[in-house]
Amino acid sequence: MKEKDVLDLLKKDGRLTAAEIARMLDADPAEVGGIVAELESDGVIIGYRAVVDDSKIPDAKVKAIIEVKIRPAGAEGFDGVAMRLARFAEVEALYLVSGEYDLELEVHGDSLGDVAAFVSSKLATTEGVEASATRFILKKYKESNRILAGGDDSGRLKVSP
Amino acid sequence: MDGSKSRHKGRVSEVVASLPKSGIRDFFELVNSMDDVISLGIGEPDFATPWRIRDAAIRSLEQGRTSYTSNLGALALRERVCSYVSENYGVSYDPVSECIITVGVSEALDLALRALLNPGDEVVYHEPCYVSYAPGVRMAGGVPVVAPTGPENGFALSADDFEAVLSPRTKALLLNFPCNPTGASMDLERLRRVAEIASERDLVVVTDEIYSELTYDGRHVSIASLPGMRERTLFLHGFSKAYAMTGFRIGYACGPADLIDAMMTVHQYSMLCAPTLAQDAAVEALDNARGDMEEMRESYRQRRNLMVSRLNEMGLDCVKPKGAFYAFPSIASTGLSSGEFATRLLKEKSVAVVPGTAFGACGEGFVRCAYAASIEDINEAMNRIEDFIGSL
Repeated sequence: MKEKDVLDLLKKDGRLTAAEIARMLDADPAEVGGIVAELESDGVIIGYRAVVDDSKIPDAKVKAIIEVKIRPAGAEGFDGVAMRLARFAEVEALYLVSGEYDLELEVHGDSLGDVAAFVSSKLATTEGVEASATRFILKKYKESNRILAGGDDSGRLKVSP
Repeated sequence: MDGSKSRHKGRVSEVVASLPKSGIRDFFELVNSMDDVISLGIGEPDFATPWRIRDAAIRSLEQGRTSYTSNLGALALRERVCSYVSENYGVSYDPVSECIITVGVSEALDLALRALLNPGDEVVYHEPCYVSYAPGVRMAGGVPVVAPTGPENGFALSADDFEAVLSPRTKALLLNFPCNPTGASMDLERLRRVAEIASERDLVVVTDEIYSELTYDGRHVSIASLPGMRERTLFLHGFSKAYAMTGFRIGYACGPADLIDAMMTVHQYSMLCAPTLAQDAAVEALDNARGDMEEMRESYRQRRNLMVSRLNEMGLDCVKPKGAFYAFPSIASTGLSSGEFATRLLKEKSVAVVPGTAFGACGEGFVRCAYAASIEDINEAMNRIEDFIGSL
């Protein structure tokens, strides 16, 4: 239970220190530190990073969702093809999905041309890839459970009884 | 200005002219004149209303539900309110005759006082407390009488302090637990003693339980649920705090039929009914938003723990509040008055806390810090308060 509480807090704010988490959960800081270390060494927590609203950055990356149909090969099945695609640096995230397609890729590039080049020269030529459909992302409304521009702004008074 | 004042002498009623400005008002002006202030001075949730409730309000408008409801409030809402109160507070009320929907607890309190008081009737209330109680009593023609609370009882009302201020003119007792600004709750034993005295003296108890869902340790007990108390208690509650619906202005009162009927008389001539879209939103809150409420409560609990442990470690003694979302630390160790502490902290470190004296004279020596603020802001504010204390 405590492990889940710690993880829930870190998933919302990765910068919380063990001491802060311990205060919030009324727990011992050393114990929380141990739990975090264990979550890290077990590979449950695989990293920490900033949640960024790309629309505020000039020269933000071009992003695309690419649906890929594959032919499972050999003993590895879907995993073999997926792992070959996962090696490409352009692939930010990769999922095996249900439905018409098999894999879904989130691909980042510096320009449309970059993404196009990835599709034609890397994706299409990978063994086991049969077809793909590329959908460029035009606007992001929500990131990591936070609504971006136009989200809640309650306009609370600075002091109220 | 002075000329116009004398020309208009007597225009404002004596009662209104004699009411003090809310202690928070001056402070608000000062805070508003500054940029980049971290405010722990906000008495409302930092969550926006859960989407399912907002959607219900939108649906209400889309369906053209823009007319009045019954004076008492939509029966559908009263039925849900009465089931909710029965399930969660253990007191049964008849939705037809023992429940009225109001514009927040503020209106419910105003109705209760106007329905109860004859000129000169005394109402005992505990301080430090919400800023409206004493003015509310006076506007209703009554005389507010303070029963002090302090850290020695965890800011709960003790039977002795209550009994000490009773007089033959005492008509009612006004309670607010969990308490704004102290976060205090009443333990069962104290609540029983207070209830016994109220019964012996045949008082009406008006209990503002707006923060009751936001109870972190133990179970909240309403005084209305104690033996013999239902018939002499007006239970006031609403949606503002637990469901983050302050701007909807929606609350209710439950009580014996004769008192609700009297409140209804005032309400029908002054307010007619609570806003229909807020009533529809409130139905959704009771039907489907318990999970949202519990999630918010858990978040408040964590932030309470964070703030209170920091305050105590830096030497500002703070009773761990059992409910609401306020910490009420003592600043006695700094040698400053509440007003000085809050003003200097604001000017020197850009952190806003509310002087305890805004909530009554016995709030001197304390400040109110709301933990309905982001973890980042709480951490930064605590760092700055620690620096501030170190600089004294």
